[in-house]
Amino acid sequence: MGYPHASHGRETPVLSKYFGDPDARTLAGWRARGGYEALEKALGMDPAEIQGIVKDSGLRGRGGAGFPTGIKWSFMKPDGKTHYLCCNADESEPGTFKDREIMRWTPHGLVEGVALGAHAIYAETAYIYIRGEFTEPIARVTAAVEEAYAAGILGANAMGTGRRLDVHVHRGAGAYICGEETALMNSLEGRRGNPRIKPPFPAVAGLFGKPTTINNVETLTTVPYIIKHGAEWYNGFGREDNPRSRGTKLFSVCGNIARPGNYEVTMGFPFGEFLNELCGGALPGREIKAVIPGGSSVPILTREEAEGALMDYEGMVAAGTMLGSGGVIVFDDRQDMVKQIARLARFYAHESCAQCSQCREGTAWTTRILERIAAGEGHARDFDTLLSIGENMSGKTICVLSDSCATPVASGLKKFRHEFEAKLGPDRSRAVVPVMLTSNRTAAA
Amino acid sequence: MTYGPSAGQLVRPPAHHHDEPYVPVFTGERREKLDVILSRYPTRMAALLPALWMVQDRHGWVSEHAVEEVAQVLDLSPAYVKGVLSFYTMYHQHPVGKHFIQVCTTTPCNVCGAEDVVKAFLDATGCGELGLTSDDGRFTVIEVECLGACGFATPVMINDEFIESVTPELAARIVAERD
Repeated sequence: MGYPHASHGRETPVLSKYFGDPDARTLAGWRARGGYEALEKALGMDPAEIQGIVKDSGLRGRGGAGFPTGIKWSFMKPDGKTHYLCCNADESEPGTFKDREIMRWTPHGLVEGVALGAHAIYAETAYIYIRGEFTEPIARVTAAVEEAYAAGILGANAMGTGRRLDVHVHRGAGAYICGEETALMNSLEGRRGNPRIKPPFPAVAGLFGKPTTINNVETLTTVPYIIKHGAEWYNGFGREDNPRSRGTKLFSVCGNIARPGNYEVTMGFPFGEFLNELCGGALPGREIKAVIPGGSSVPILTREEAEGALMDYEGMVAAGTMLGSGGVIVFDDRQDMVKQIARLARFYAHESCAQCSQCREGTAWTTRILERIAAGEGHARDFDTLLSIGENMSGKTICVLSDSCATPVASGLKKFRHEFEAKLGPDRSRAVVPVMLTSNRTAAA
Repeated sequence: MTYGPSAGQLVRPPAHHHDEPYVPVFTGERREKLDVILSRYPTRMAALLPALWMVQDRHGWVSEHAVEEVAQVLDLSPAYVKGVLSFYTMYHQHPVGKHFIQVCTTTPCNVCGAEDVVKAFLDATGCGELGLTSDDGRFTVIEVECLGACGFATPVMINDEFIESVTPELAARIVAERD
């Protein structure tokens, strides 16, 4: 449902059905709504069979990367080693606040999904890493875990199966980068949240050096529904002409929009209808100017591009952007795109872990240039410098934070160049001189 | 709003702060709590973030003394603990105001007027400047990067309390209600 608003008829609430319903938060309430039936069923199944069902359902990682969940799980084999499941609840991508609502309203749904996921990857222990600022979600999930232990759902004899299943909540302490899976593992181990070089991939050597699977909150919370209703049921959601994006997806909508909130729609939903009907369109007397559809790391769309897009992985790629985490940020005609893109760059500069020089230097340099342009002190040659820095920041670092900073800058500069140009300082005439970027690094900022 | 380098991102200690004798954190019940936490992980190091949270809950910040105590109970070196401590923005390495106010100003909140909310907090608390603690030691205001509640602009955290949809008017009321 469009929490905090009433559900719209065009939504397909699966995960969000109980948002706003405090009774669903308790174990008794969750059981009354059919909770833990899927876990009980799954514990009687072979993990390989569960992996197969999830593969057939078409579920892909909802954290942003969209990797097929069943395939990720199938990397985990019954090899007799200690395995770990990590639930990534470090939701920090600007524009994204769906996992927060899942944890606030249906904490048992997450605990059930985590326990199920652990069983499906031959793990006994799972950690839910929740960002430190999410004090209420931490309290809700911790309470749910405690209830589940007390009821024998978790513990040495999980649901009477004789098998051990442990789930622990781990609180982060303020670092966007810890949402990157290898940084998350480092952080959980008590280290600085620096991403690790891959390979080795987590499925080979992850948390504490053991085979590990990391899944997003939304992904794991979806799995019990798939086990309960079947792969075919879940695979039935989505547009007919795209077999690669299936199921429902939560979209968080924020910024300059009439009804911000979380909406759950089937994959492939028309973005124009979504923005203008479900979310109520622009604020009174305003017009939507730009939309970032998948969290701050994806290319910016103009209103026209957004209204023509389809909300699934391939639909967003076709529109020149990405589905990402499903965090939709709306900008209206009052917004200064230069200032807002500069603000985004500042976010990445603040959150860079500083391991890789392209990112450490690039995010800060980009921010300085953009803030200078926003303050009316820019030169036209700054545009090329920004693009060149962005190129050197992309695909060259351990993780993609660096790329994530370059992406909105490049797309913003391309689509809203007139706004950048309007801000240039008095010596804009110098712009006509082509500049060899590599030899002008020091002159640029 | 200025575009100065790192404006407001540094928290500076209050002008008048005196070192008091350090009271150890990991004794009695808290030591037992830490032992429960340690039982969840295969390494002692993994309890570092939880241990630092326990220190901050007890003392309001993490001092050099606390770093040494944490290092000792977890069999780590103080330099290592400090290295980790300084990575995470939520741990205070200096004393802060009794009410530590964090206002989200990242893009989604920024386009909804978050900078006016920051200004309202600065005015109402008398802090004047981001990162400074008010003269009475009650308030510190900082800008924070994305709090993950973008649909409820502007979210504000005061210590562990999370407040949604804060407007400049509400900011003044929130400050007036604090002791």
